[in-house]
Amino acid sequence: MSVATSQIKLTPERSRPSVRSRLQDALPKIVLAPSFAITIVFVYGFILWTIYLSFTNSKTFPSYVITGPRAYQRLWGWTFDSDPPSSWYTSIVNMGIFGFLYIAICLALGLFLAILLDQKIRGEGVLRPIYLYPMALSFIVTGVAWKWFLDPGLGLEQTLHQWGWTSFHFDWIKNKDFVIYTVVIAGVWQASGFIMAMFLAGLRGIDGEIMKAAQIDGATTFQLYRRIVIPLLRPIFLSAFIVLAHLAIKSYDLVVALTSGGPGGSAWLPSNFMYEYTFKRNEMAVGSASAVIMLMTIVAIIVPYLYSELREKPR
Amino acid sequence: MLRKLLIGTALATTFAFSAHAEDVKEVQMLHWWTSGGEAAALNVLKGDLAKEGYAWKDVPVAGGGGDAAMTALKAMVAAGNYPTASQMLGYTVLDYAAAGVMGDLTETAKKEGWDKSVPAALQKFSVYDGKWVAAPVNVHSVNWLWINKAVMDKIGGAEPKTFDDFVALLDKAKAAGVIPLALGGQNWQEATMFDSVVLSTGGPEFYKKAFNDLDDASLKSDTMKKSFDNLAKLVTYVDPNFSGRDWNLATAMVIKGDALVQVMGDWAKGEFHAANKTPGTDFLCYRFPGTDGSVIYNSDMFGMFNVPDDRKAAQVALATATLSKSFQSAFNVVKGSVPARTDVPDTDFDACGKKGIADLKAANDGGTLFGSLAQGYGAPPAVANAYKDVVSKFVHGQIKTSDEAVTELVKAIDDAK
Amino acid sequence: MSAVATPARQASGGMSTKTLNRIVIYGLLALFALFYLMPLFVMLVTSFKTMDEIQNGNMLALPKAPTFDPWIKAWSEVCSGLTCVGMKGYFWNSIKMVVPAVLISTLLGALNGYVLTKWRFRGHTLVFAMMLFACFIPFQSVLLPMATILGSFGRFGVTLQNATGFNFGLGNSTVNLVFVHVVYGIGFTTLFFRNYYEAFPNELIKAAQVDGASFFQIFRRIMLPNSLPIIVVTVIYQFTNIWNDFLFASAYAGSGDVMPMTVALNNVVNTSTGVVEYNVNMAAAMIAALPTLIVYVVAGRYFVRGLMAGAVKG
Repeated sequence: MSVATSQIKLTPERSRPSVRSRLQDALPKIVLAPSFAITIVFVYGFILWTIYLSFTNSKTFPSYVITGPRAYQRLWGWTFDSDPPSSWYTSIVNMGIFGFLYIAICLALGLFLAILLDQKIRGEGVLRPIYLYPMALSFIVTGVAWKWFLDPGLGLEQTLHQWGWTSFHFDWIKNKDFVIYTVVIAGVWQASGFIMAMFLAGLRGIDGEIMKAAQIDGATTFQLYRRIVIPLLRPIFLSAFIVLAHLAIKSYDLVVALTSGGPGGSAWLPSNFMYEYTFKRNEMAVGSASAVIMLMTIVAIIVPYLYSELREKPR
Repeated sequence: MLRKLLIGTALATTFAFSAHAEDVKEVQMLHWWTSGGEAAALNVLKGDLAKEGYAWKDVPVAGGGGDAAMTALKAMVAAGNYPTASQMLGYTVLDYAAAGVMGDLTETAKKEGWDKSVPAALQKFSVYDGKWVAAPVNVHSVNWLWINKAVMDKIGGAEPKTFDDFVALLDKAKAAGVIPLALGGQNWQEATMFDSVVLSTGGPEFYKKAFNDLDDASLKSDTMKKSFDNLAKLVTYVDPNFSGRDWNLATAMVIKGDALVQVMGDWAKGEFHAANKTPGTDFLCYRFPGTDGSVIYNSDMFGMFNVPDDRKAAQVALATATLSKSFQSAFNVVKGSVPARTDVPDTDFDACGKKGIADLKAANDGGTLFGSLAQGYGAPPAVANAYKDVVSKFVHGQIKTSDEAVTELVKAIDDAK
Repeated sequence: MSAVATPARQASGGMSTKTLNRIVIYGLLALFALFYLMPLFVMLVTSFKTMDEIQNGNMLALPKAPTFDPWIKAWSEVCSGLTCVGMKGYFWNSIKMVVPAVLISTLLGALNGYVLTKWRFRGHTLVFAMMLFACFIPFQSVLLPMATILGSFGRFGVTLQNATGFNFGLGNSTVNLVFVHVVYGIGFTTLFFRNYYEAFPNELIKAAQVDGASFFQIFRRIMLPNSLPIIVVTVIYQFTNIWNDFLFASAYAGSGDVMPMTVALNNVVNTSTGVVEYNVNMAAAMIAALPTLIVYVVAGRYFVRGLMAGAVKG
């Protein structure tokens, strides 16, 4: 969600130096303070805690004795273990594949559907919730259906075989090299409708006058969209990117519900790695270190965006 | 911030629930036994406790073979809200005991004679630092074959006594157009099967050295390489869709006659039981070829937490009921496992159960009762999971040769130690 | 905008091209509708089939002999652990947790957005950026420290109860969950409201100030009545996220009497042994999903309108 800034700054009109009015002046800050304090403690405090733990030798439980960066050294070593792939290597490579395809396809599909839906479609009221509803369901619910659908012995492949198309072959979910793409399919299914809604809102917000002017100049529909509409939607691309990036990084139950980790752990994402090491393997230091690396990656992506968006623009 | 957390954790143990005075007539139980058969078995315990006036506060968290439940347990312990007891496995009990959050049931154990009736191999996990911290519920054994009798008769097979016999049998099934081996391609299932393969290939001594003592030379040895080769051989008899399949779906393949055999722990018997199948007439249970006389075990335990004094009476009642002979028999008949004490009569058990009880006794006496590495009874979770990674990557082809598998195994276990 | 595309085509082609275009557009839309509906369809038809039909039939086929038994079983009989009261027993638990969490986080978001746009102070962008970044923290990594703090709240509650006879709900699992969801929800709600209020005319507020309206009066009389679209968006978003949360719910409220719907569903669906009753599982899943589905279908149109009104404004 992009962030605009307004240029008018409000100051209370009458400022007498009485206690009462000083309180009035401070009221906005007092109102904001609890939320801010909560964020400081429960987000930044916990981040510090995680960073601290990553330098200890915490195993099943947190240990508070600093023992050095061994967890990072191990992760660093695993980063280059590509043959056979270490779980960490698999996780980060998958994150690259999944992150790129998931975000790109959701953006493209979302925009495409929004444009189609914006052509004065009869039954838009029916179609919109159909595209949007997957976002409403948890993957504990839909994972079962997807797993079933993608299973070659039970789902699509078998169904098409029964219908007579016996040469049809679709076993990605069972294949270590392709399983991550099934995660992409299910992920796109879940989020693209939401992105569509964002783009649709954006399209509806575009000033009709600009369009009319372009048409008078003789632009074709395609040119119209490429040259005028899509550039105007730039802020929405950014907002959608942020939404998708945060969903991609947090995708955990998607992988678990759909693939239980994939053949030989080949569907892992970093969040799966972190959960496995923290809670299942009792290597909390390694789990924490991977969480720190994830957070740093997020910072690297988000902070430049926030900076460019929130900077007070001189007007 | 950190200080606050530290203090919080420290306070958790000393001052939790110090407010209540009278005894709480309630047991709070965290577990992941949510399926029909398991829940029915656990209901026996609930009923036993109700007779003594204790209410049952259920905390079921299913999923991932107890992973979700263990996460919930960790959160509960971090919060200082200990359950009366929690279902736990092997090294996890010891981890929690080392953290000082487990209770002490030594008095009850003495009174009830657990020291004598519970096999020493289990006491390794239920006793920490001389104190009883957990009540074992059952003993599962991993090195079993489960065979569909109708299919076996059709192909004219006989009990395989050696690994080569087994391969010959699988070939017969293949020739008859049946899926020879039902396997679920999840890492714990693959590793559970590999436990048996290693015991069969290397013998009891080798298994113990490699998978309980984590002896470097054994892990690196040619025998281990041979074991991986044998595993690779078995995997060729699996149907192409095995990856990711749940274990009970693999069992269902054998029950329905789609597949000949499954290599699985005796919890698979619970599935045959639920489908109203009888051993001997509908299905057959053999030890994994070449492992007769040895038992690779794992065990479900109820870890007992250091609850405040007013909840201790309920905890003692729970522990006593858990290890009572009547419950041990009733529960394990349903669950497919065998009792955690060796003095429970086997009258109510079916043929496979009777064999299981006899085998456990023999293995316990003969020193051939070994913890399953795949099931978390051979080594701590970090090592066990590193092991499962390697086996699974080998099965699914990320690791290509048995040479590479051995190298990776040694590396992974060293790294996790 | 939507009015413009059609004349463009009229100008460039004849009647037949236009019809063809319409066919292609509707065809594509229908195709994608199928893609989105497919899992829901599979779940629905399966939930009306007998186990026999599921095991031997086609996944996409309509039930030959539709039966409501799986739904009845899922609603009133399925077991979560040892308690077999069906899904209906957990509805109330979820509602009790979701409603306050949504209301509190929405109200806080509205107040924060109001302050951050209309009562700016030095460093307001930094404060906002920090709160926004909170949306990105992976929840798995806060599970344990949060548990520790909730535990100390609980102990404080006990102390408080001894001293005053009342513990203000501290340590209660439902209250804990509400707290957690508010904490990790205010980032989003603040973002939504801030962007919406950003476009809200400052003149109105100035005028009210001149008339002597106070901080809260302006909020109540001017801001809130004009916030309906964004309130709809925020409530839908928060409701969905909180209703569907499994991680926090299973870790902090796993016991039967407070267990939310998702944990119960997980216990029903993720059982490790026995015949998997797909029809009952699917019915249970549908029941658990019903509230969020209804919210999306009923309020879906307001959702896009709300997004339009400011949440995604550039």
